[in-house]
Amino acid sequence: MKKDYNKLWTLFKAMFVLSACTFGGGFVIVSLMKKKYVEELKWLEEEEMLDVTAITQSAPGPLPVNASVIIGYRMAGVVGSLTAIAGTILPPMIIISIISLFYEQFRTNPYIATALQVMRAGVAAVIFDVVINLAGNVLKTKRILYIAMMIVAFVATYLLDVSAMLVILTCLGIGLADLAVTLMKKKGTVA
Amino acid sequence: MLLLKLFFAFIQVGMFSVGGGYAAIPLIQEQIVNIYGLMTLEEFSDLITVAEMTPGPISINSATFVGMRIAGIPGVLICTFGCIIPSFCICLILAHFYYKYRSVSGVQVVLGAMRPAVVALIASAGASILMLGLFQAEIQEVVIGNIRIVELGIFAAALFLLRKFKMNAITIILGSGVVGTLIYALMGAI
Repeated sequence: MKKDYNKLWTLFKAMFVLSACTFGGGFVIVSLMKKKYVEELKWLEEEEMLDVTAITQSAPGPLPVNASVIIGYRMAGVVGSLTAIAGTILPPMIIISIISLFYEQFRTNPYIATALQVMRAGVAAVIFDVVINLAGNVLKTKRILYIAMMIVAFVATYLLDVSAMLVILTCLGIGLADLAVTLMKKKGTVA
Repeated sequence: MLLLKLFFAFIQVGMFSVGGGYAAIPLIQEQIVNIYGLMTLEEFSDLITVAEMTPGPISINSATFVGMRIAGIPGVLICTFGCIIPSFCICLILAHFYYKYRSVSGVQVVLGAMRPAVVALIASAGASILMLGLFQAEIQEVVIGNIRIVELGIFAAALFLLRKFKMNAITIILGSGVVGTLIYALMGAI
């Protein structure tokens, strides 16, 4: 039982720190979660983390909260989900509660503005680091379909402003078509 | 009664903020400003500014901000609680089915097709943040001459430290903020 508490505590602590340091939206925290849970703690497989991201992006609600629910569930069932959610929502709750009392000073402080601007360069570096590994693994599958989908999806979201959800649903459709083709081929070889 | 109203408003925020982040802002505005009148439009735009400057999802940030201003700490708890209930229920069900069926080979084929897209989405978010960092502009409005040298240096150094020395990501993010601010302060640019 003691071990379970340790795991829950690690989960809570990890989520709390990631959430407290996630400037710039959902995919930043996904990159950090990948580094933490896949590379450092080895709790999840890389593919699992990508699946979880696809699921969280297609479900309603904030991405970090959705991801916490699923990762928490994976580690320790419903209790794990609740623990992970608590870790994720406490930092923004605490920070905003405090700032809401004097947000005018906060908003106009030039040092904070500068720090937030330069921090983007660091955040971008973290995301690029993760993307280099992930894209490398997609290339390693040597499936032209997957590589082409990755490139088209990037152009669509980044240059053409197509919504993330639409991209995921389109790929879900392509995946189902891929499955149908695979099944038909199998049938063909059996017959 | 007020707390109940807040609770229901934020259940809807949690349910309708599909796609997350900036896509959710108009929907949250609809609920908080237009339908429930919990905030004026001006307060709401202040909130967006503050939310961009602080960590955490915009819907949780707005739940906390509105809750605090209208009903103090109990307000914060009620609003945030309402905001995450839809996520919690829906994702718990999705997680259950995902872990039950993910090893089925057919499911693997379908999931396999979604993974490259997720990589692309993460890459796209990274590219947007990089452009904002280096040019303070979206890709369509980038002028090469406006590149910010300090940010470029920090980006290159951070990426090098991450790739070569596997440095901790949180350290990199916070460190880049501190180092960059120091550089600008020393340059007398703040």
